[in-house]
Amino acid sequence: MKSLTLAAGLSVIATLANAETLTVYAPDYFGSEWGPGPAIKTAFEADCDCTIEFITGDVLPRLTLEGERTKADAVIGLNTDVTAKARALGLFAPHGQDTSGLTMPVDWQDETFLPFNWGQTAFIYDNTKITDAPTSFDALLDAPDDLKIVIQDPRSSISGLALMLWVKAIYGDEAEGAWEKLAPKIVTVTKGWSESYGMFTDGEADMVLSYTTSPAYHIIAEDDMTKSAAIFDEGHYFMVEVAAQLSTSDQPELAQKFMDFILSEEFQTIIPEGNWSFPAKLDASKMPEKFGLLNLPEKTLFYSETEAEALRAPALEEWQRALSQ
Amino acid sequence: MLCLTLGTLAAVLMRAERGAGFGPGDWQALRFTLWQALWSAALSIACAIPVARALARRQFRGRGVLITLLGAPFILPTLVAVLGLVAVFGRNGPLNAALAGLGLPEVSIYGPWGVVLAHVFFNMPLAVRLLLQGWLAIPAERFRLAASLGFGPRQMIRHIEWPMLRATAPGAALVIFAICLTSFAVALALGGGPRATTVELAIYQAFRFDVDLGKAAQLASVQFALAGAAALLALRLSQQVTFGAGLDGTVARWDASGRGHRALDAFWLILAAGFLLLPLGAVVLRGLPGLTELPPVVWWSLWRSLWVALLSTALVLTLSLPLAVMATGKRGAWVEVLSTLAIAASPLVIGTGLYLMVFPFIWPGDVALIITALVNAALALPFALRSLLPQARSLAEDYGRLSASLQITGWPLWRWVILPRLRRPLGFAAGLTAALSMGDLGVIALFADPDRATLPLQMYRLMGAYRIEAASAAALLLLSASLALFWAFDMGGRANAGP
Repeated sequence: MKSLTLAAGLSVIATLANAETLTVYAPDYFGSEWGPGPAIKTAFEADCDCTIEFITGDVLPRLTLEGERTKADAVIGLNTDVTAKARALGLFAPHGQDTSGLTMPVDWQDETFLPFNWGQTAFIYDNTKITDAPTSFDALLDAPDDLKIVIQDPRSSISGLALMLWVKAIYGDEAEGAWEKLAPKIVTVTKGWSESYGMFTDGEADMVLSYTTSPAYHIIAEDDMTKSAAIFDEGHYFMVEVAAQLSTSDQPELAQKFMDFILSEEFQTIIPEGNWSFPAKLDASKMPEKFGLLNLPEKTLFYSETEAEALRAPALEEWQRALSQ
Repeated sequence: MLCLTLGTLAAVLMRAERGAGFGPGDWQALRFTLWQALWSAALSIACAIPVARALARRQFRGRGVLITLLGAPFILPTLVAVLGLVAVFGRNGPLNAALAGLGLPEVSIYGPWGVVLAHVFFNMPLAVRLLLQGWLAIPAERFRLAASLGFGPRQMIRHIEWPMLRATAPGAALVIFAICLTSFAVALALGGGPRATTVELAIYQAFRFDVDLGKAAQLASVQFALAGAAALLALRLSQQVTFGAGLDGTVARWDASGRGHRALDAFWLILAAGFLLLPLGAVVLRGLPGLTELPPVVWWSLWRSLWVALLSTALVLTLSLPLAVMATGKRGAWVEVLSTLAIAASPLVIGTGLYLMVFPFIWPGDVALIITALVNAALALPFALRSLLPQARSLAEDYGRLSASLQITGWPLWRWVILPRLRRPLGFAAGLTAALSMGDLGVIALFADPDRATLPLQMYRLMGAYRIEAASAAALLLLSASLALFWAFDMGGRANAGP
């Protein structure tokens, strides 16, 4: 009798434990009504007796502040430009996924950070106003100075940082000179992507620093074909977002389940129209048809996390010098 | 308040391990920050004086509405204001279209002076209101006496208006200087590049990318030091005046009835209205098309924002009244200096500090809205004090002895002497707090979870998800709600109080 009660009690505890919450830290855009978060939450919860709670905000500063006491079981939405700092915190456990079949233009072998979507930086323009958009970064630098662009600050925005590394990847030691040539075309440098893109749609600039996938939003959601990405011969800089699980998690099994879910088709098909970017592992035939209308580059440029971390400070100084003149 | 400003800084400092020292970029940022803050403060006050005077000495239809509307830029979220300014003064705006039509060269809003222009746009409304209160606080009996003595405009300035400005303007300039010290997104969006970098950007960078709390705290200390120094300077410059007690009647200005004066006042009013209201009009026009299709979550976030705004307002009112009365006492100057420090507090440092303080005990997401209301209250308190202080001081001078001799103390003193005379600045302070709290992104971004977003945060999210039309509609909603709150409190404060 006693053991029966005990068994009943244990099974109650077990169900309670099953219904527990997986806490995932994510950037603000990710968890919002208009990000991929809600769809991912629904899909994951359909398959387990649990709930996902997205805690949104700046993921890296938050983890740093909280350290080992963090409530996070997993994080999603970190960018390779900050993964070196994140890795140094020593809070993560291996994701345990096979990353050999990824549909990304770069090879990925990281055992801690699992990519879930990617994109490439590009300048977006209105193809009804510009008919002869530059076809290379060189051509952009040589374009007349009345071709105006708006970009983001590498000190406050991920896309701005990617542009700085893009220029560095193309021009190397000549990067400072390239920035000097670009300077007169820059209308302004904004804090984040939103301000830039708003200024571009208001007609303040001819081109805006954004992503090759940006026109997909206009094509699919607005049925607007007027926005195009200028494709440059030198190649485009690769940006990837990653997820990871925490070794400090009190729900390691659930966290692992979430890691297993990320590369699944169910998760990956949410990405194209949920995050307006490319899924890390999805066959081209499963992509929304209209993504086929996008202009895409043939060549991809990318710095590994350690290279990017080493280049960042000197490249920033170059950038500041060139644009301060 | 001290706990929220210096306390949070201390919390961040305690967690800091290293500070990467100041690089050449930081010194450049410091120079630019000072430069733009000084110019912004000086120009805001210089433009506000003739506008406030025109508003003080003219009566016309729609004056009340104009005064409320002119206050609007101050309470706009920066992103909305920047896009409004760009829509009017930008490369594609009507100003440059008109200039091109006349064959004149293009005017660029981008660059260091663009930053100053934007700051004048934001802060001149505050200066106008603070100075206007100064004018309205001059008892009508003074003007009557001046008229019976046959004062011309020049004597009027010398004996009445200049002393009032000496008492009010340095404080107003100080507040604006302190606000501009922490400017970040505006400076970046209109600055045109790294030449126009502010200290607040360096704090953001240290926090966001380098996660170098030590450096963030160092930079925040520099901001505090600058604001503190400016506060001490303004205290020395400002000269307290008393005009003696009056009967709180309306003002008639016989000295300024000449045609030249009328034209001058009309000129300044039209100029200010054009400068301040055109960008607001652009915000309204951009927002209208998307208004009917706003998703329900946006309306929910409006509800949450209203709640936060009203809570902040209640907090500010309960704190600022006793503080203002205390500030009229012997060590009152310190209240002023400390309240200025709070303006120069970096919201990022306050947010991080609070996070560090709260995290070990409660889950920050659960108290996000209360913390937001609290921080917004702390950030609005200095403005409330600034608007209450001048009149609280003259109240003590003018009615202190009379009240004491009649032995009026406690509640009757508040009921019959203090509250009726502070009603106007009190209404303004409440309106300002409510509106600022509505529009402020402040710390919510660090604490919020997806289901507890306030309206400004929701607007940024829409914008980040390409939904620019919906974001513009949310911006219009935010503008309307902030203005409505501001108007309601401000009117409440001005009821039966004459012009």
